[in-house]
Amino acid sequence: MSTDQSVDGYAIRTENIAKNFEAVVALEDVSIELQRGEVLGLIGDNGAGKSTLIKILTGFHRPDSGRIFINGEQVTPRSPSHARSLGIETVYQDLALVNELPVYMNMFLNKELRRGRLPLLNKRKMKQMAREHLDDMGVQLSSVGTEVTFLSGGQRQAIAVARAVYSDASIFLLDEPLAAMGAKESAIILNLIRDLKRKGDVSMMLIAHNYTQVVDVCDRVCLLQHGQITYNKPVGETSVQELTELVAAEYRLGNNGNASGK
Amino acid sequence: MTTTREPDSARAAPPTRALGPRVVDVIFRRREASILLVTLALFVYFSSVNSAFFSEANMRVLSHFTYPIAMIALGQVMLLVCGQLDLSAGHVFAFTPFVLLFFIEAGVPTAIGVVLAVAAASGVGLLNGLITVKIGVHPFITTLGMAFVLQGSTLIIADGRPTTPPDLGSVESEIFGRFPFVGIMWAVVLTALMYVVLTNTRWGIYTFATGGNPLGAREAGVPIDRIKIGNFMMCSALAGFAGTLEGYRISSFDPLSGGFTTMFFAISAAVIGGTALAGGSGTIIGGFLGALFIGVLRDGFTIEGISSFQLFIYLGVAIIISMVLNVWLSRLRRGAMLS
Repeated sequence: MSTDQSVDGYAIRTENIAKNFEAVVALEDVSIELQRGEVLGLIGDNGAGKSTLIKILTGFHRPDSGRIFINGEQVTPRSPSHARSLGIETVYQDLALVNELPVYMNMFLNKELRRGRLPLLNKRKMKQMAREHLDDMGVQLSSVGTEVTFLSGGQRQAIAVARAVYSDASIFLLDEPLAAMGAKESAIILNLIRDLKRKGDVSMMLIAHNYTQVVDVCDRVCLLQHGQITYNKPVGETSVQELTELVAAEYRLGNNGNASGK
Repeated sequence: MTTTREPDSARAAPPTRALGPRVVDVIFRRREASILLVTLALFVYFSSVNSAFFSEANMRVLSHFTYPIAMIALGQVMLLVCGQLDLSAGHVFAFTPFVLLFFIEAGVPTAIGVVLAVAAASGVGLLNGLITVKIGVHPFITTLGMAFVLQGSTLIIADGRPTTPPDLGSVESEIFGRFPFVGIMWAVVLTALMYVVLTNTRWGIYTFATGGNPLGAREAGVPIDRIKIGNFMMCSALAGFAGTLEGYRISSFDPLSGGFTTMFFAISAAVIGGTALAGGSGTIIGGFLGALFIGVLRDGFTIEGISSFQLFIYLGVAIIISMVLNVWLSRLRRGAMLS
């Protein structure tokens, strides 16, 4: 174990992660690596354990066994706040937005800006920065003071992504950030991911069901099936058809459609 | 990226509208505005039908009707916003003065005794919170049980009868005691304080987040258990302090003061002020105004000599109307926003 970040080139590395919920096996034995500077696409059928893996990496769930290394250091995130302090930001599948709060408060949830040392919120600064970030992304919104409940699905998703992305984090875990989005909104997020990638030094794990988008934006793809990684390849060596075929094969073969590539 | 952006004018402020719709708009946006209007109207009505209503003596009575309800309502608003409620607040109200009595009899100076008694009251909240949050008992049940436990305990400690509190020193008298408007002044100060807490601090945002989307709040790293427990403690502390003030005001620590009636008046105040039971929304100012509304109603009926039987009917109707209004206004707002 070492705290030296250069020890292994990985932003995240897991060894034999297992997680059960009562009698249900969510993750059986997951060893996965996210290289530094890489965008990793994580695909798999519903219930394969993708979100569970993400929630273990963000400290929302604790693994039953296995080891996690973040930037080369062995550490198991204790809580979402702890994960954030380790440089991990997350967009959850359910977006983790509070409908009753305005956009800007959602964007700064659990990282609110305060007025100097006073325990009071600096609302003006938060509004201004939220506005800048959304303009930056190209998200249209009449007012950052609008309660989130009044936004469209795509807008909500954009807010959740903006919340994660505009931070000092170096690792981003994006659980279906494109799910509720139309083509135009998806383009905004995909552009954002490309921009981040270009800036370098950030690593991303992206869960998506649209394999065109995965091949488009990711460097590497992993398939999670029945709580195990069954496929792991650079996108250059795969294709939309192959990925579609892989997941579809699972249905045809019934239970364990273990596909190890071409 | 620029292709997806529209000209700035697309999201410019909407064109200015006539005054009428703007007023309606304010009432929509500020839920407190409607209850303020109703309370003022009621105030004007009672003043016009009876000149004694707007006298200093009666303002004193009004303030006495209002402040305990208002103080407990502040705590209930915090709890309701984070999706909880406290049925034991009225019994903490009755219990706390006897805790103070214990400290005074042990030789603790009154002012310090009040602080310790309020701390003990918040201990009741801590217990409510721990049982609710850590064990997973519904707050309705936890605090219902706590209410009966406190009621019994208070009656045993008090030997079933009221006690005259020991005299206050001159300074203490100014702060807790006989000055006729002490209670309402405390209520106003605490309302201002809690308003800032709920709208301008992290604690307040987390309280909204905890009630609005507990799972999402947890995912975002909001310590929702701590928020709930803290708000239980605040509610109990406020109720305990209110009970202490009331005990000194009437010069009697009464084991049968407060209770479920006071607690339900406080929850009514919160609801009338625009706080939803479902969590995620609510206002402190509304809670205070709700208490003032109930105070004006009770006081007006008393001074008019109208039977208190009728009071309950009006109060009940007011609670239901304000809830209907809540649902209706949020639908209207939604419609207006989406159009």
